[in-house]
Amino acid sequence: MAIAFKKRSVLPGFGITFGFTTLYLSLIVLIPLAGLFVRTAGLTPAGIWSLISTREAVAAFKLTFGASFAAALVNTVLGPIVAWSLVRYRFPGRKLLDAIVDLPFALPTAVSGVALTAIFSPQTGWIGKYLAPLGIKTAYSQLGVFIALLFISLPFVVRTVQPALADFDPEAEEAAANLGASRWQTIRRVIFPAIMPALVTGFALGFARSLGEYGSVVFISGNIPYRTEIAPVLIVSELNQFDLDSAAAIAAVLLVASFAVLLAINVFGWWTQRHLRVEA
Amino acid sequence: MAGTIAIRITSSGSAAVKSAAASEPAWLRRTLIGITLLFLGLFLILPVVAVFGEALQNGAKAYFASFTDPDFLSSIRLTLFTAAIVVPLNTLFGLAAAWAVARFEFKGKSLLVTLIDLPFAVSPVIAGLVFVLLFGLDGYFGPWLLKHGIHIVFAWPGIVLVTIFVSFPFVARVLIPLMQNQGQEEELAALSLGASGWQTFWRITLPNIKWALLYGVILCNARAMGEFGGVNVVSGQIPGLTNTMPLQVEEYWDDYKFVPAFTLASLLVGLALVTLALKEFLEWRTRVQIERSEKLAQDVVERIAA
Repeated sequence: MAIAFKKRSVLPGFGITFGFTTLYLSLIVLIPLAGLFVRTAGLTPAGIWSLISTREAVAAFKLTFGASFAAALVNTVLGPIVAWSLVRYRFPGRKLLDAIVDLPFALPTAVSGVALTAIFSPQTGWIGKYLAPLGIKTAYSQLGVFIALLFISLPFVVRTVQPALADFDPEAEEAAANLGASRWQTIRRVIFPAIMPALVTGFALGFARSLGEYGSVVFISGNIPYRTEIAPVLIVSELNQFDLDSAAAIAAVLLVASFAVLLAINVFGWWTQRHLRVEA
Repeated sequence: MAGTIAIRITSSGSAAVKSAAASEPAWLRRTLIGITLLFLGLFLILPVVAVFGEALQNGAKAYFASFTDPDFLSSIRLTLFTAAIVVPLNTLFGLAAAWAVARFEFKGKSLLVTLIDLPFAVSPVIAGLVFVLLFGLDGYFGPWLLKHGIHIVFAWPGIVLVTIFVSFPFVARVLIPLMQNQGQEEELAALSLGASGWQTFWRITLPNIKWALLYGVILCNARAMGEFGGVNVVSGQIPGLTNTMPLQVEEYWDDYKFVPAFTLASLLVGLALVTLALKEFLEWRTRVQIERSEKLAQDVVERIAA
């Protein structure tokens, strides 16, 4: 049966590995995810709209999208500086910092959450207590949500830009300099265009990750409805009130948004590749 | 997502270049390094220090006293138990998927690869929600399960299912590009010399992918042990019964038991640091392996040319 859609090969084991892969994928991922959309589709459009347009939901969506966007944006500014320093300069601790950039991926999000709260809590936080008298509330505020998302999406831009910078041919810089370009012109006109696709991809990956983030935010944000409650926290709160329809509808919106972002990344990647090939 | 797990094969940093015209003035260089140190120090080093600092705030005795709490120990047991089921299953899946995708041509392959990545795009909370929608009391199979006395949600099977979901792609994502890159010549050679399929797998394929496989397993394990948002939704958080380590951290936190909370968190920080160290080591091993095979290929080419 498999032969009908696959090319012949002398290697054995296609049937069993392909069968197991698709079965496992369907049982664990596809069917459960489909259940979410079936549940949502069982409601009328007006019904869905009424669930996702409550004041609380709208406030949660605004905060989730806004803070995720801001965090990804700040990382898109700081990320290239970090990547540049790690690739181009030699300084004490460079290797350690390079290895630890992935910490937000490796650290359980709940641990990130309690650690950031320990640092930024306005009463007892290591840094937060010095900022509180200045009127800056870094935890239990929207700023806290932003800080957590900044942490969680930190590695994306650094790790996409870093290889682009490392692969960049220094001779192109030398050539630009020899032709009379200032350093700033070289960075702007020669290096920046080379890392631009990586920068956009890193931004979008970080943004998509932040949209669904829960663990690192839930401790530091205080979860005050209408003010510091993000969409994933709202989903949990609807679930705890046994309002499964609301939870499913809000989840569907969030899911469609992150799928759209990732689809955009793929289309962008495909576009840049085609574009670059034409130029070459 | 791609950025999370692509093995970094290029070494981070080409040897220093170059003329003054193609480098930055010292003040700018110092400023950029300063921003890097400040940003990473504040957001990466300080959180690690804070966890240990808070855990040890009342001294080593209080730190180790937390280890005697039955809830503390049972959360560690549940986390190890979950990982012991999840990691082998996802490793098996990763190997099967990589074999099917990297060794055969079939219709819909790129769709399959995209679908394998899907869990990375799903919020952990939603991963938990979908299983509540299936197996919860108000879910599709809820009434049937209740009638037969099977507990999935608010019990360990739910925790295992969600954990499989969130750590699903890691092994496959590492192996697929590597095995595609390596090609199938060696396996074909073994088969033509009369080796069986299993012999080929154990003697040729596995040795070729072992470091990358270990890399995928370690990332999968870190994700499985650290999962919070999704298991939070399905566990019901019954202390001593359905609390994994991250859930028990939250439990302590909500009860204002900060020393045990940070003590348990410090174990998870230790896990993360070990994971990162192993990751560096395995990236280095993979790099060495690739460089060696490239050099070998180059030697052959040169010898033929000569």
